[in-house]
Amino acid sequence: MSDAAHALEHPTATGIDSKKVAIWTLIGSECLLFASLISTYLVYKGKSLVGPLPHAESQCMLHGKMQTCEPIFEIPLVTFGTAVLLFSSFFIVLALYGAQKGSRKMLVGWLSMTVLCGLFFIGMQVYEFSHFYHKGLGYSTNLFSSTFYTLTGFHGSHVTVGVIWLSTLLYRAVKGKIPPAKALNLEIAALYWHFVDVVWIVIFPVVYLMR
Amino acid sequence: MATSVLDKAPAAHATAPTGIWSWITTVDHKRIGILYGATAFLFFLIGGLEALFMRIQLMKPDNDFVSAETFNALFTMHGTTMIFLGVMPLSAMFFNYFIPLQIGARDVAFPRLNAFSYWVFLFGGLFINFSWLLNAAPNAGWFGYANLTSNQYSPGLNTDFWVLGLQILGVASMAAAINFFVTIVNLRAPGMKMLRMPMFTWMSFITQILLLLAFPVITIALVFLMMDRHFGTHFFLPEGGGDPVLWQHLFWIFGHPEVYILILPAFGIVSEVLPVFSRKPLFGYTAMVFSGAFIAFLGFGVWSHHMFATGMGPFADSFFALSTMLIAVPTGVKIFNWIGTLWGGSLQMKTPLYFAVGMVAMFIIGGLSGVMHSSPPADLQQTDTYFVVAHFHYVLFGGSIFGLTAGAYYWFPKMFGRMLNETLGKWHFWLMFIGFNVTFFPMHFLGLNGMPRRVYTYPEGLNFEFWNQVQTWGSMLLGVSMLVFIYNMWKAARRPANAPADPWRGATLEWLIPSPPQEFNFGTVPAVGSSTPAWDLRRANGGALPEPASESGEGIHMPRPSYWPVVTAFGVLGVIGSILFTHAFPQWYFITITGAAILIYGIYRWAFEPAF
Repeated sequence: MSDAAHALEHPTATGIDSKKVAIWTLIGSECLLFASLISTYLVYKGKSLVGPLPHAESQCMLHGKMQTCEPIFEIPLVTFGTAVLLFSSFFIVLALYGAQKGSRKMLVGWLSMTVLCGLFFIGMQVYEFSHFYHKGLGYSTNLFSSTFYTLTGFHGSHVTVGVIWLSTLLYRAVKGKIPPAKALNLEIAALYWHFVDVVWIVIFPVVYLMR
Repeated sequence: MATSVLDKAPAAHATAPTGIWSWITTVDHKRIGILYGATAFLFFLIGGLEALFMRIQLMKPDNDFVSAETFNALFTMHGTTMIFLGVMPLSAMFFNYFIPLQIGARDVAFPRLNAFSYWVFLFGGLFINFSWLLNAAPNAGWFGYANLTSNQYSPGLNTDFWVLGLQILGVASMAAAINFFVTIVNLRAPGMKMLRMPMFTWMSFITQILLLLAFPVITIALVFLMMDRHFGTHFFLPEGGGDPVLWQHLFWIFGHPEVYILILPAFGIVSEVLPVFSRKPLFGYTAMVFSGAFIAFLGFGVWSHHMFATGMGPFADSFFALSTMLIAVPTGVKIFNWIGTLWGGSLQMKTPLYFAVGMVAMFIIGGLSGVMHSSPPADLQQTDTYFVVAHFHYVLFGGSIFGLTAGAYYWFPKMFGRMLNETLGKWHFWLMFIGFNVTFFPMHFLGLNGMPRRVYTYPEGLNFEFWNQVQTWGSMLLGVSMLVFIYNMWKAARRPANAPADPWRGATLEWLIPSPPQEFNFGTVPAVGSSTPAWDLRRANGGALPEPASESGEGIHMPRPSYWPVVTAFGVLGVIGSILFTHAFPQWYFITITGAAILIYGIYRWAFEPAF
């Protein structure tokens, strides 16, 4: 945007940029989206008619016959993924700091780290889903699997959107198209990214730790 | 803000201001408002025809005008159309056109997002109505209760059209809600504090909050239902452990706030019309604001009163009965304040006032029968009878439609620069008022006498014949009143555009600019010192204001037209609509992929296109 065009950005009644108010509005709305998913998960907790189950041994259909199945969750891997996602929130703060200061090195470096963390998390989820599938937990196997895959799938698709968004910004940062005057664009993406992390902070204990 | 003069800014737009292409690419909130209004009015007429077909079927016992299956489709599509394609987008027409004008803004916060909302709404409405052509119109009720919607009981595409159509319309509503929320928060003219906003803007603001918080819930419920129908899950299917009642909870957590989404804009319109035509400020402005907010807040805590008949137990029944009764308090505050506004006023007996007073009177009747439903024992007698149909038509038709019609007569001169004819307007009012009451008041009697709703016919000898016949004649009168309205608009369109800027002595900012407003709305952004800025100016001027001159708009930079909103909206239609084919044509997944590609490409082109 040229300087002349920049002067067109009207001052707002609150002094806060409209795009920033919009992302906060979206976040407020998305709370209800995840609230519905998490509530449904909790309402159906323990109501599955067959296995596999998250925390307990169960009878489940595997390789065409009913058999006893191990609890399905593997907490260490998800804990590591959770930590990686949390760190990405820290990294994006540093990237934003770099963008605001005009340090392209900091911006590109920490934003790359953020994107990598997001990619790792998605990779972990893909691995986890396919692993569960091979242990007999299809999408429609039982109420646990349907609610679990839908909830974490919705979160995963939010992470994916975030990774695509941040990658776009990273590409522009590399080309030097995010000067300090445009750090706001990164700040807005960062707000979204923090929100996606916060949702996972709720999902992780509710789904993985609560028995 | 009026000082940003640009040497390279074109004085006018590069693209032609008229022609089809200018409407497809428009980002002007006023044009989008007109698009919303015209489209919604057409859908409203379709929904009205569906109602008339039902009335003809019920005119006499054991009638065979339509089959039971068609009747199911008619009441499902009538409800779905009137709510999602009629009342909501008719409100959106006024949001679009008048929120920016009332707060002294040149457009909404995100003009292209606004165009996107309209196109998604249009595609969603066409999608859901396309089902008629395939003889697969949704037929499980507008509430879509499980298990009626399961593959077992609804094997065709009917429910799929409903699920996916609502999902598409939800995208439009969410985008619009974010846009208007930000617009009201951020684009108010200098001096327009929140508690100086016009009451229509206030009620619209609360409506956007309701949309933002209620629509995600129905989105998730519809996703679950789609998964049940297409991907083998058992969210609502007892054979896999699922609970059909969960659907009812999710649906009504959305559905009750939705009721206020439908009525609050009409409340806002009536609160604009009554003071202007009483020549008095609104009685109890602050109480009106906070009672509106309180209604919205309580609206999230009453959903289970739609479910008393499911047997939730005494604790839940008592809680939801009490919270429902509590809503009568802020609603009563509003009604008394409207009466207080009229009281002692110098009443100008113009058509908008007729409809506004009619709305207050009819809404009181609907509100009272609503309080009757809040008592679980009474509700159990009334559930699934015509008494309920009477109740919600008194609030939705007597409330929302009368209020929106008051808004149409009030704002038509501002939107089109032409006055609607007063004589025809009063004919419209009396025909609609009498037709409405003749149609819906007897439903109270029929309901209490035990006539069940949603049943395609009734046998002779149950004492249902007389009132049903009366109701059908009443509904014909309603149809005639619509024809009078259409004739009135058609006649207005043929007259020259010579309406004054302020035909009613309005109180708010939109009356300070020419009718219709110029593209940039305000040559100089006004400063606001109270909730009735136009009256302030009048007082300062010692009487009438001079007719505002048309301004050149030199140096005012408006957003550029764009076709990426319509392209992106088409992508949304492709992605969501294509799920229709998963059963019959699974090999057509390429449509989904194409839709997603269009969607993503559209978003990127949109994001990197300069907005100005």
